[in-house]
Amino acid sequence: MWRPDPSILMLRYIYRRLLHLIPLIIGMTFISFLIIQLAPGDYFTRMAMNPEINPATIAQLRQEFALDRPLIVQYFRWVFNICHLNFGVSFTYHIPVIFIIKGRVLNTLVLSVSVMILTWLISVPLGIFAALKENRPPDRILSGLAFVGISIPSFFLALLLLCFSAKSGWFPIGGVTSIGYEELSALGKFGDRIHHLVLPTLVLVICSFGGLFRIMRGNFLENLRAPYVTPARAKGLSEKKVIYKHILRNSINPLITIFGYELSGLLSGVALVEIILSWPGLGRLMLEAVMTQDLYVVMASLLVGGVLLILGNLVADILLAFADPRIRYR
Amino acid sequence: MKEVLRRLKGRNKLAYYSFILLIILYLTAVFADFISPYPYTLQNRHLSYSPPTRIHFKETNGKFHLRPFVYQSYLKNPVHREYVEDKSKPYFIHLFPRGPEHKILGFIPTNQYLLGVKPPAVLYLFGADLYGRDIFSRILQGARVSLSIGLIGVSISFFLGLLIGGISGYFGGKLDTFLMRLTELVMVFPGFYLMLALRATFPTTLSSIQVYLMIIIILSFIGWASLARIIRGMVLSLREEDYILAARSVGAGSFRIILRHILPNTLSYTITAATLSIPGYILGESALSLLGLGIQEPQSSWGNMLAAAIGNLQVVTHFTWVLVPGFFIFITVMAFNFLGDGLRDIFDPKTW
Repeated sequence: MWRPDPSILMLRYIYRRLLHLIPLIIGMTFISFLIIQLAPGDYFTRMAMNPEINPATIAQLRQEFALDRPLIVQYFRWVFNICHLNFGVSFTYHIPVIFIIKGRVLNTLVLSVSVMILTWLISVPLGIFAALKENRPPDRILSGLAFVGISIPSFFLALLLLCFSAKSGWFPIGGVTSIGYEELSALGKFGDRIHHLVLPTLVLVICSFGGLFRIMRGNFLENLRAPYVTPARAKGLSEKKVIYKHILRNSINPLITIFGYELSGLLSGVALVEIILSWPGLGRLMLEAVMTQDLYVVMASLLVGGVLLILGNLVADILLAFADPRIRYR
Repeated sequence: MKEVLRRLKGRNKLAYYSFILLIILYLTAVFADFISPYPYTLQNRHLSYSPPTRIHFKETNGKFHLRPFVYQSYLKNPVHREYVEDKSKPYFIHLFPRGPEHKILGFIPTNQYLLGVKPPAVLYLFGADLYGRDIFSRILQGARVSLSIGLIGVSISFFLGLLIGGISGYFGGKLDTFLMRLTELVMVFPGFYLMLALRATFPTTLSSIQVYLMIIIILSFIGWASLARIIRGMVLSLREEDYILAARSVGAGSFRIILRHILPNTLSYTITAATLSIPGYILGESALSLLGLGIQEPQSSWGNMLAAAIGNLQVVTHFTWVLVPGFFIFITVMAFNFLGDGLRDIFDPKTW
């Protein structure tokens, strides 16, 4: 039987996934636009209340931002601009939104990715460990901790750790770098950044490790009793090989699927923690923009948040296709 | 219901106790006016950020009382807000003292409270906030908002989820594709970002009732999509069952089949899913209020009480008791999670 080259299959799979994204992204821009149009008034309504500003100036500004045109025109104009990475101009900072948002997205990505990596590194081995010690004290303790981690609100934990670190002075609070950052050596700069990263990462890892841990433990237990384990043992494989080559590989796959679902929660959690621990990320930017009704920044943040989620899901799907050949053939 | 509780008690003790804890929490919220020692808006400016009142049994001269008492505290150092107790005179804690008139359950007028001490001493079990208001009383009042929003929000999402998921799964085809694309559109944004964006669509200043409704609308709008998808999945498998064919062959209409035959069969799963999704609503409300976008002062909710601690390191480090409402959010969320887990255990046919 003719079998296509695996790498072509993979490419075809990725291509199809990308095609699937197009309607989703169009819908996304539409929803972002619609939500913001529903907002009462715009930045200029507030400006108009200021008697020192000439109404003619405001009318001129409105025209500049095309706010006096029909909605549909505004929408297409906005989408057209986005395709050129022009997200409009922030009303508050008077600079293009793209300049504000770039650094913020980077900070959010750094935080999310480090949380993700650490969560996986912690919860997968612990999940295996707990499953192997099922119902014995180590399993009980870990499962209990996982439950606390799932249930504790991220903002509450952030406040608790804030209190702790302010009292102990172990970690800097707020920001990405210290005040004297520019004078540090390259290594010192890196260390300084890591030092600032510790607190928000810690909060989010504690909050997100529980979910992954429980799924890993459950999968592992299920696979431990699966029929294929008996022949593996019967043919004389060492227990180590049975666990790490057979059971582990089978129980990780569903985890990658979950990764996509968890991502939405993770991004939300990151945004909240950013706000509380003054980490200058996308979530914090969006809150500031909502408070000052800085329309274009709100739209851009919402859109970029959605894009991050979509990209994360895409990465998860591709990883899954790599890990599980059955998916590629579908 | 009784059967479920009995099985819960037998299989999963933790879930059973969580259920009892939740009932207690909801009851205290209902009787908040009576249980809280002070009206939640009562300000004592001279007691700003005073620590939790200590309850004593033994006087400084060694005299022991069976009845607990407190001392009056006064501000010793206004800069650091240090309070000391005046140990010269004990104030006993009274049961059912009289205070300002209020109404239990909104219609039984009374001037009695559960606990209290004679002024000028105060009974601040969890300390005071910036305006010298009793944090304990405010927590009880805030429980009304925080706990009820979870229940109402989940009911609305559920109604929408059942309706849309049921229709989508039962009819299938183009309608199904369309409705599922719709849920994808809601789920394509991270929840928190969508919540902030939706908040921006409402005016900044609203009356307290309007804010309450707004939060419910926002949270239900975000929540219905995932529920609809879960229910659609279940309906898809159920509609192939023989008894559905039987119902159709005796001439039952589509909506009758969906409402009377299919949805009741998904009930055990949907109740579990509902229980597990209530924490999301409670956390959503808290997060909004915490950021100053939800419930506004002088109304209290668990979220907006924590707002005092945001961006104010001084408060967090020196007056740690302002974080107590967060602890209440935590145990409520945990109780719902335990209960949901327990329900899943007993409803899962595999484990019977």
